[in-house]
Amino acid sequence: MPSNQTKLASLFAQAQAQIQLPSSGSATMNSTSSSPVAAEPPAPSLGIINYTSGASTNNLSPEEIKKRSMQFAPISHQSHRYIPHHPKGQPLSDPVEEEPPLFFLLTTYISYLILIIFGHVRDFFGKRFKKEKYFHLIQQNGYAPLNSDFDSFYVRRLKARLDDCFSRPTIGVPGRYVTLLDRVTKDHCQTFSFTGTTTDCLNLSSYNYLGFAQSEGQCADAAEEVIRRYGTSSCSPRSVAGTTDLHIETEDLVARFVGKEAAMMFSMGYATNAAAFPSLVSKGCLIISDELNHASIRFGARLSGAVIKTFKHNDMADFERLLREEISQGQPRTHRPWKKILVVVEGLYSMEGTMCNLPVLVALKKKYKYYLFVDEAHSIGAIGPNGRGVCDYFGIDPGEVDILMGTLTKSFGATGGYLAADKAIIDALKLANIGYVYAEPMSPPVLGQIEAALRTIIGEIVPGEGEERLQRLSFNARYLRLGLKRLGFITYGHDDSPIIPLMLYAPAKMPAFSRDMLKRKIAVVVVGYPATPLVTSRVRFCVSASLNKDDLDTILRACDEIGDLLMLKFSSGTSMEHGEKPRWKVEDVIRKGVMDAKRDVL
Amino acid sequence: MAFHDTLVYINSTVESISAQFIRIPGSAIVLRYVRSSYQNDPMRSFLELCLFLFAVRYFLASKYSFAKKDFIKLSTKEVDDLVHEWTPEPLVAPLDEVDQAEVDKIPVIIGISGPKVKLSTGKSVMNLASFNMLNLLGNEQIRERAIKTVRENGVGACGPSGFYGTQEVHIQTEKDISNFLRVPASIIYAQAFNTISSTIPAFAKRGDIIVADSAIGLAIQKGILISRSTIRWFQHNDMDDLERVLQQVHNDFKGQPLTRRFIVTEGLFENGGDIADLPKILELKYKYKYRLILDESCSIGVVGKTGRGLTEYYNIPATEVDMIVGSLATTMCAGGGFCAGSEYVVQHQRISGNGYVFSAALPGYLAATASEAMSIMQSSPEIFTQLLANTRAFRAIIDKMNYMYSPSDPDSPLIHLQLNPEVLESRKIDDEDKFLQDVVDECIANGVLISRNKVVPSQEVFPVESTLKIMITTGLTKRETEKAAAVVKAAVSKVMSKVPKIKH
Repeated sequence: MPSNQTKLASLFAQAQAQIQLPSSGSATMNSTSSSPVAAEPPAPSLGIINYTSGASTNNLSPEEIKKRSMQFAPISHQSHRYIPHHPKGQPLSDPVEEEPPLFFLLTTYISYLILIIFGHVRDFFGKRFKKEKYFHLIQQNGYAPLNSDFDSFYVRRLKARLDDCFSRPTIGVPGRYVTLLDRVTKDHCQTFSFTGTTTDCLNLSSYNYLGFAQSEGQCADAAEEVIRRYGTSSCSPRSVAGTTDLHIETEDLVARFVGKEAAMMFSMGYATNAAAFPSLVSKGCLIISDELNHASIRFGARLSGAVIKTFKHNDMADFERLLREEISQGQPRTHRPWKKILVVVEGLYSMEGTMCNLPVLVALKKKYKYYLFVDEAHSIGAIGPNGRGVCDYFGIDPGEVDILMGTLTKSFGATGGYLAADKAIIDALKLANIGYVYAEPMSPPVLGQIEAALRTIIGEIVPGEGEERLQRLSFNARYLRLGLKRLGFITYGHDDSPIIPLMLYAPAKMPAFSRDMLKRKIAVVVVGYPATPLVTSRVRFCVSASLNKDDLDTILRACDEIGDLLMLKFSSGTSMEHGEKPRWKVEDVIRKGVMDAKRDVL
Repeated sequence: MAFHDTLVYINSTVESISAQFIRIPGSAIVLRYVRSSYQNDPMRSFLELCLFLFAVRYFLASKYSFAKKDFIKLSTKEVDDLVHEWTPEPLVAPLDEVDQAEVDKIPVIIGISGPKVKLSTGKSVMNLASFNMLNLLGNEQIRERAIKTVRENGVGACGPSGFYGTQEVHIQTEKDISNFLRVPASIIYAQAFNTISSTIPAFAKRGDIIVADSAIGLAIQKGILISRSTIRWFQHNDMDDLERVLQQVHNDFKGQPLTRRFIVTEGLFENGGDIADLPKILELKYKYKYRLILDESCSIGVVGKTGRGLTEYYNIPATEVDMIVGSLATTMCAGGGFCAGSEYVVQHQRISGNGYVFSAALPGYLAATASEAMSIMQSSPEIFTQLLANTRAFRAIIDKMNYMYSPSDPDSPLIHLQLNPEVLESRKIDDEDKFLQDVVDECIANGVLISRNKVVPSQEVFPVESTLKIMITTGLTKRETEKAAAVVKAAVSKVMSKVPKIKH
């Protein structure tokens, strides 16, 4: 969509004219259909599914409008949009990672020390005096315990204390709001009981980047139509008799979207990676992997039988050093040359909010002749001016990357994953990929959801809406990140990333932050060791296009209060442009945020 | 004089250093300790110094120094040349004509994968290649429930179970599975194929022992492989061999620290259609103190009077099996898999099951579909009688066939057909798979969709026999099933008639 810029300019012009206009006119999701964008040519004929949406949204009852806005907020002002851009061909500059004051690091280590000492003392006495409670860690009439006390130490001693912050059960759509089933515990998170009530929380926790998690609108309509016509399953692996015309159509659409010749889809994102590597590399091959790659990549890589080497996260110098060493030294002991080298990186790292340095990876690829596998689990749909992932963001031809993998769980509100590559590769994988030959295929209604979401993003149906979602996501991500930085928090990751990790450090601050946010009706995800390094416990915000600026302001106010309460404002300002210690007042942050979030560097 | 200056300089430096050293808190104690120990025993001080230096060297040494042993030092130019010379193999070798034809022959179904389907070639066929054995796909009750759930929950759960991905409908379905199998608890995974590959490594670690049937499916093999446990195989369904292996493990590991031990097998074998001897396995499990992981992916909703799987078939309480792994994506026409067992077994997987922790949760409507399917199975057990009747009708015809036989259990609706050994001796069949594919093509031409048993040979631990795979469904009447059997029989004869005999 090369004309984005001009379209948006005219849109802004109109918005400027109606400035201060209340948002009542855009109460439904299809608000943009009244904007100049709607003047696009009608969508082309659309394959198998009939898209009914767009026409019926005008005569909704107030309850229906409210329900919709609970899932996807109306935009508060047309200026709350942003088109991300990256200078073409430029390598990505690493984000500055701020260090917390030494005192907080020290107290974090002391917290863990206390935790470990108390844990071991309790284990020691517990196993002797409270045998019934430690039943599963003790040898029982000839059976070894199912779980060793060492393996489960952190689970029992740390996670068990904050279990109320995890696995909170929900009901309904995880959209702008997520509805939690309230639960209470009387035995320190050992067991929970439901109170029967529910709480609607602002949702900063779901991977719902573009806000397609909805029970209304074109996606849910498509899913319903597909259930009526295809049922809920295709009942057989793809290679046997599980391929329907809908699978083929959606795969073609995905391939077109990511810019590859062909694609193949799997019913689970994790399993896409888990099954991908054995068919690509084997003994005598080398996998070079970023140290922070997802567990699914590690699982798949280990299954493949290839040698695995890792380089420091996003450190291109370390990567090149490793490449030179491995190519020149060859296989261990025999020194025979590697059969092939597969480099595996993620587009957007889910715990760090950083993007891979694709321009450098592609440049080095020409010299070192490795194959490049980019996992776009979080970046597809969420990154780039057209939502087509990191290639789109950096302006790189997708042909430069050998295999593009991604999941459909996140931006598209569906489930499963895809591999996209040249047709010859995909055809060969149809015989060799275990996920394709053995596993159950994607369920047809999921395909319906994906098709509708993709066609919306491309602009083939409900014109203007896809663009609005992409631009709102970019704006929201930048606005929230800038706001948090100005309040004085340390955040990780790149400016355009919709994942914003906010650093907590001390383990006890994880439950405190999560519970305090819950009191303010905001659902967040906290992560600590072992998912992160020991000292860098964090809360991870996943921004969504379904939120509007008012929601983000609510979140900023809540963070401001809790930040003071828990002493989380560590930032010394080194990651900011001016370098001074930022401790803005939240009202100033909100007042100045919209314009400033659109600056090149936050 | 220069010498004197140097001495003065050294003296002053030593003095200032010792002055600085004394300022460090605790330095006096160290000093006193070194002095007194030196006076007592100079050798000891020397030894301690050596130890200290060794410790420093140890900590500074590279982590993987053993790998550096055969490291060859090369100049930058040499490395550049090697980089320049190196030519990698293609990422994926392009397909030859035979393989390309196989890819092109993967059937494409237009619309719903019901008992009678239309293929992309325009041909309408009876479908004996889908797991839709109970014809629940397209069931109106299930359909309405799925739509209702989509209208409440949307399609995806948009996050892992640990992070707000657990929906009320998942909790309900887990309860339904536990009630269905009559076990304390169960856990749902987002893909059936991935379930057992996550369950096994959640429990079995390096040093543990797994005794497995040699004919288990690929997902189980991968789960065992990734667990890094010690693997011992026993002959497929051979209980004497199992006992021999268990006894051997007992002897081999006598006197060593006790580690976890597991027997892993399949309920209804996907690659053969035969059934494990559960009572005998349980007896041996208790005798040798093993835990049993039973993969019932193909037997839940298929075997047993009401589809509760192998434990119902043998009339054994399901709680006797430590972990039952099953699929919701076969006869239940939903998606995902589950593991059922004790409360602890399930709780442990919620934190350690890789596919549970690191993957988005199953879409809510698929969980609801599975619940609805289980409730139909419980309320109308007659579908299983009908399935059995169809199976027997099919087998009655197929068992009289000349060239092929079925290794499957007579009552199993998953039927494999394999070439007789004597046929292979007397006929010139170079490529069994090609022969079977010709049979499949012939069947499709005559209106019956069946399939070869498709595997990826390079990934399997043991070679898998080439077979035809046929799945009976209640969506077809007994008469239609008999007709399909006749088509298969005729197709085998027709293809065989083109194969020349070997002259002795």
